[in-house]
Amino acid sequence: MSGMIGNDPTPREAEGRYLLDVAELSKRFPLGRRRLFGKAAPAMVHAVDDVSFTLARGETLGLVGESGCGKSTLVRLIARLTDPTTGSIRFGNRELSALPAKAFARDPDRARIQIVFQDAGESINPRFTAADAIADPLRQLRGLGGDALREKVEEAATLCGLPLALLDRFPHQLSGGQRARVGIARAIGPRPDLLVLDEPTAALDVSVQVTILQLLVRLRETLGISYVFVSHDLNVVRLLCDRVVVMYLGRIVETGPARAVFDAPLHPYTRGLVAAVPRLDGLRADALRLAGDPRSPIDPDPDACRFHGRCPIGTGRCGAEMPKLRRFDGGREAACHYVEAA
Amino acid sequence: MTTVLDVTDFSVEFRTRSGTVKALDRVAFRIGRGETMALVGESGSGKSVTAYALLGLLDAAGRITGGRASLEGVELTTASPAALAAIRGRRAAMIFQNPRAALNPIRPIGQQIADVVRRHAGLSRRDATSRAVEMLREVGIPDPVRRAGAYPFELSGGMCQRVMIAIAVATRPALLIADEPTTGLDVTTQAVVMDIMAKLAGETGMATLLITHDLALAAERSGRIAVMHAGHIVEEAATRALLAAPRHPYTRRLLAATPTAAGDLAELRSIPGNLPDLRRADLPPCRFAARCPQHLEACEAPMVWRDIAPAHRIACWNPA
Ligand SMILES: Nc1ncnc2c1ncn2[C@@H]1O[C@H](COP(=O)(O)OP(=O)(O)OP(=O)(O)O)[C@@H](O)[C@H]1O
Ligand SMILES: Nc1ncnc2c1ncn2[C@@H]1O[C@H](COP(=O)(O)OP(=O)(O)OP(=O)(O)O)[C@@H](O)[C@H]1O
Ligand code: SF4
Ligand SMILES: [Mg+2]
Ligand SMILES: [Mg+2]
Repeated sequence: MSGMIGNDPTPREAEGRYLLDVAELSKRFPLGRRRLFGKAAPAMVHAVDDVSFTLARGETLGLVGESGCGKSTLVRLIARLTDPTTGSIRFGNRELSALPAKAFARDPDRARIQIVFQDAGESINPRFTAADAIADPLRQLRGLGGDALREKVEEAATLCGLPLALLDRFPHQLSGGQRARVGIARAIGPRPDLLVLDEPTAALDVSVQVTILQLLVRLRETLGISYVFVSHDLNVVRLLCDRVVVMYLGRIVETGPARAVFDAPLHPYTRGLVAAVPRLDGLRADALRLAGDPRSPIDPDPDACRFHGRCPIGTGRCGAEMPKLRRFDGGREAACHYVEAA
Repeated sequence: MTTVLDVTDFSVEFRTRSGTVKALDRVAFRIGRGETMALVGESGSGKSVTAYALLGLLDAAGRITGGRASLEGVELTTASPAALAAIRGRRAAMIFQNPRAALNPIRPIGQQIADVVRRHAGLSRRDATSRAVEMLREVGIPDPVRRAGAYPFELSGGMCQRVMIAIAVATRPALLIADEPTTGLDVTTQAVVMDIMAKLAGETGMATLLITHDLALAAERSGRIAVMHAGHIVEEAATRALLAAPRHPYTRRLLAATPTAAGDLAELRSIPGNLPDLRRADLPPCRFAARCPQHLEACEAPMVWRDIAPAHRIACWNPA
């Protein structure tokens, strides 16, 4: 179905193996009010630091890590809502990193990358009906109008299990789950190749969450969409995602097939993360509990592992040499000097 | 175990233009010293209303229409607003879901804690300030002397939540009500926050009412669980017993919707139907009846709560 999209500047056959190929991507925010030792150069928050990964067509990639580790910044870069400081973002055959976010907003490829925010439901304009909300990107990005628009709106609503009778309701007249469906229908309306979801179910209770997750699986099967899925719920990531990227203070510390990573984490941070997931059987791995707080993301030491100081292994080497991502069996990677020792 | 909070037949209604919302109906539970009871259930089931009603924080449309609730022997349902305010300050405390919104954005966090301590312990300004720093250290904020001068926006969500806890427990309350205290936090931060609450309960005998819709969190952090559906507590038992052998059809549905490490997405089941409209005059005796796979004609009889096993209470005519 997605192959029928009009308006497509890059013929699909000509595209490379990966839908998305991100290399050495960094985003730093200047911290205006603080100055180090009176120097003119402002201190920088290293929100995303030297991140590289790929996403295959139809693949679902999970993105996990502590609050503030840079997940939202990374997905905003991928969706080209903010401009990277350095690095490359290849989407299909096209290099997008040099294209300013403002210009990309009017680019034909804009429709191919869509994002759903955590408060998908809440971020709908309260004066828009569900139909208006879903129609908006179709009008703007696909230039549709009239009957064609109406037809596409209804198609997107139906795909998302939103009864057509609800289309003329306003957000406050819909339940949380229905609003989440409108948010997703709005994003898939333009038939993106890549759908970025930043904590789409965080505000929903478990029952509604199940229907939304199953909807995402169905859309993936019928439309062949790729997902980047950000969540704090590791069980949900394991259920939905093929691969997972684990971030810590702006950097990738581990990637690999989701189940393998969660069943046998290689990086000490991932081990602490997995051990902290509450379990219905109430059994806890207290020995692996992470203590303390992360270091500051402001001008971090470029020669020290970001996890050093909080890491149960950490040695002198970890404070003097930044560990690089290294490959391991089973398509896995981890950035720690002591993967083999654990 | 000494009972700290004892709630019986507790009912709450809201008057709205479109009818009376029967938000809580004959809610009953007890929490003992040092004990944590989790209150779980879908969105809209009445968990927050329970917390607000107990502490006298219902908005003008809401009122307690029946039942009793006593905190350390003091009856809350008939207490004057002034008496309730005094209890809230000293003997009962609440942590809210969104800590950043609950803190004063333009006052350093150390000052905010010191304010509470001064009001309640009558300490001098200087003593209150050093007590505030001590408390920041207690809740695990590194470098508390410097952090005491920080404003809420300079702290992460997890740190704000710890500050909220420090403020809540500043007066060593007998009861802490924590309404979704870790929603939006990552699991490592969540674990730290929950550890702090558990440590305080252990040290001071504080009773905790943990409101959450995360059954796994309840499994790990509570001694007992009460499951709420549409303003009824439908099942209540020791945590292990409840999770090992849930008897109410709603509890079973809730578990079937909860993602676990071992499961498969296709195996998860959402709960069919919706909560009933609590404004209806003809609410059925079992408010789960319309959604229940085990519904019988007998379920139309008036609801009674009974012990199905020792310390395992249920409101269902046809339990599993
Ligand atoms: N516009 C901005 N200006 C300055 N700093 C920023 C800005 N946006 C994000 N940051 C900082 O960048 C870092 C990463 O933030 P980000 O929102 O990407 O984290 P996150 O992983 O999405 O966290 P959460 O799980 O809490 O949503 C944080 O230290 C944050 O304070
Ligand atoms: N001020 C009010 N006026 C009318 N109805 C109200 C009011 N406050 C709450 N209610 C109703 O009481 C019921 C219980 O709401 P409550 O906020 O306790 O749910 P909850 O279990 O805390 O849900 P959540 O998990 O979403 O926080 C709902 O039907 C709600 O609509
Ligand atoms: S490199 Fe050192 S500090 Fe970093 S995670 Fe590995 S052992 Fe820990
Ligand atoms: Mg985020
Ligand atoms: Mg609530």
